[in-house]
Amino acid sequence: MATVRLRDIRKSFGGVEVIKGVDLDIADRELAVVVGPSGCGKSTLLRLVAGLEEISSGDLWIDGVRVNDVPPAKRGLAMVFQSYALYPHMSVADNLGFSLRLAGVPKETRLLKVREAARILQIEPLLGRKPKELSGGERQRVAIGRAIVRNPKVFLFDEPLSNLDAALRVQMRFEIMRLHEELRATMLYVTHDQVEAMTMADVIVVLNGGLIEQVGTPLDLYHHPRNLFVAGFIGSPRMNFVPATVMRVGGGGVSVTLAGGATIEVPAASDRLRPGESVTLGARPEHLSLGGAGSFQGEALVVERLGSATFVHVAVEGGAMLTVQAGDDHPVRLHDRVSVKVNGETAHLFDAAGLTVAAIKGNRQEKNK
Amino acid sequence: MKKTLRSKAFFTAAAWPVSLVVFFPIFWMLISGFKTEVEAVSTPPRLVFRPTLENYAAVWQRADYVGHAVNSVLISFGSTLLALAFALPAAYAMAFFPTRRTKSTLLWMLSTKMLPPVGVLVPIYLLFRDLGLLDKRLGLLSVYTLINLPIVVWMLFTFFKEVPREVLEAARMDGAGPRHEILNLLLPLSLPGIVSTALLAVILSWNEAFWSLNLTAAKAAPLTAFMASFSSPEGLFWAKLSAASTMAIAPIVVFGWLSQRQLVRGLTFGAVK
Repeated sequence: MATVRLRDIRKSFGGVEVIKGVDLDIADRELAVVVGPSGCGKSTLLRLVAGLEEISSGDLWIDGVRVNDVPPAKRGLAMVFQSYALYPHMSVADNLGFSLRLAGVPKETRLLKVREAARILQIEPLLGRKPKELSGGERQRVAIGRAIVRNPKVFLFDEPLSNLDAALRVQMRFEIMRLHEELRATMLYVTHDQVEAMTMADVIVVLNGGLIEQVGTPLDLYHHPRNLFVAGFIGSPRMNFVPATVMRVGGGGVSVTLAGGATIEVPAASDRLRPGESVTLGARPEHLSLGGAGSFQGEALVVERLGSATFVHVAVEGGAMLTVQAGDDHPVRLHDRVSVKVNGETAHLFDAAGLTVAAIKGNRQEKNK
Repeated sequence: MKKTLRSKAFFTAAAWPVSLVVFFPIFWMLISGFKTEVEAVSTPPRLVFRPTLENYAAVWQRADYVGHAVNSVLISFGSTLLALAFALPAAYAMAFFPTRRTKSTLLWMLSTKMLPPVGVLVPIYLLFRDLGLLDKRLGLLSVYTLINLPIVVWMLFTFFKEVPREVLEAARMDGAGPRHEILNLLLPLSLPGIVSTALLAVILSWNEAFWSLNLTAAKAAPLTAFMASFSSPEGLFWAKLSAASTMAIAPIVVFGWLSQRQLVRGLTFGAVK
């Protein structure tokens, strides 16, 4: 198996730069998930690695070899497309064996490998069928099987689960993770779905506007987002953001005044901030609580009961909406007046440029690890 | 529901007279070929008559039908194959690797069809004379290839556009070069389109008269020239002209009929998603 290394990769279409200098290292046998909003360039990035698009500038190494000018098939990759891209006129067996046929592999060996891939994916009974006779999930398996048969150094997945219904998506997610375990392969996986990224990835790459915002393990990104974008993108429901003003700096951290008037203490390294500066306070729903003498007063506009937890969307004074995670049996009802308490210990602070103000060592972020 | 039924009835009612008008000359030609010369020009025209084969016998005797037919087959099928050989890679490149100029190139190719052929008759005639291509099958074949090329490229381009790009990319990842991409995927996936394109090119070449009458005389003359030879020199013989015309179009009509059925079957061929 293999490593993938990108150095200052850029791609322009016409005069428009879509990928604006990406550096990335994917370790051997790692499942790296590139995640970002639509139009952020994640599919383009994958296609550059695949060789389906030409790299405008920068260097791409796979398994220690620079492959900028190597044609797709020679890069030792296999790709699973969002639309499956099965060959419609060929049977499942022929779809799986096509690459081997092109490579001139003898028929017996070919059949063995096709069988093996079919066994791994449990699609043996389908080998004689045509793609149009398969369900969405079955097609997806065949598409993955086609990749397995090639025994690639690196697997590339381009939003492979987007065309499946919710239940099937969860199931295929497990399948791909199981495959990653069984094949011990390096995988590069692109998705717009941060839940997929969080659940599957060894390492998540957050891409936005053609640039990497942050690279890290799922929990690292969750607890230590580098900026507002990552903080808002990772986590569901998303992090609450409240405008705030720096009141006092020093001592145990920073004390800020929130839009509602309340003041709280956040244990963040303060050397970059000055009193009077505008900042943004970020708090995840599970770090807010209802009741007591809260920082905000508001009305419960939406109450989502999931059984395991209750998400309460509160319209607070000043017009902002806060999402609060409460216990499953919390008695809050629609249109109740509630007060929301912000836990300063677990809150994030972002400066005016949207960058995270580093947390003080030994505080809650470390405890969360 | 009611509305669709009414519009259906309307279209059916409108289609019948149109098809009758379109088909009538062919029908008239068909029956005139079985009349005597006197019956063929009689006023009022006769619908009831005793069919005779004498016109066919006379036409068969007076002109070399088989020779002309062989020329027609060789030239129309040959030019179609040649046009496809050029157009397939061209349309592949234009459909899957377009540049900024692709659209304008396509438009320019089509615009050549707007030039009246007679405008270039003299230069082409002189060119053919100097190259020794007059009254040669190869000459006519190359002219037909070139005049059909824009249409063939356009049609193939349109059909190729419908082949999902990702399927070809998957093949590229699987190790297929352009040759395999075209042979193993593009051709089978767009076969109905290619067949209908070829069919159209054959029919256009078969029926082309301007160049065949001007560039051939006897040896390379296709059936259009055969037909024309019954029209003018000794006054009009309507019955014989009709018989000759029927003989000239019969093969292509039969061919069209057969391949049309093939085509309908081809068009129902597998969905992609």
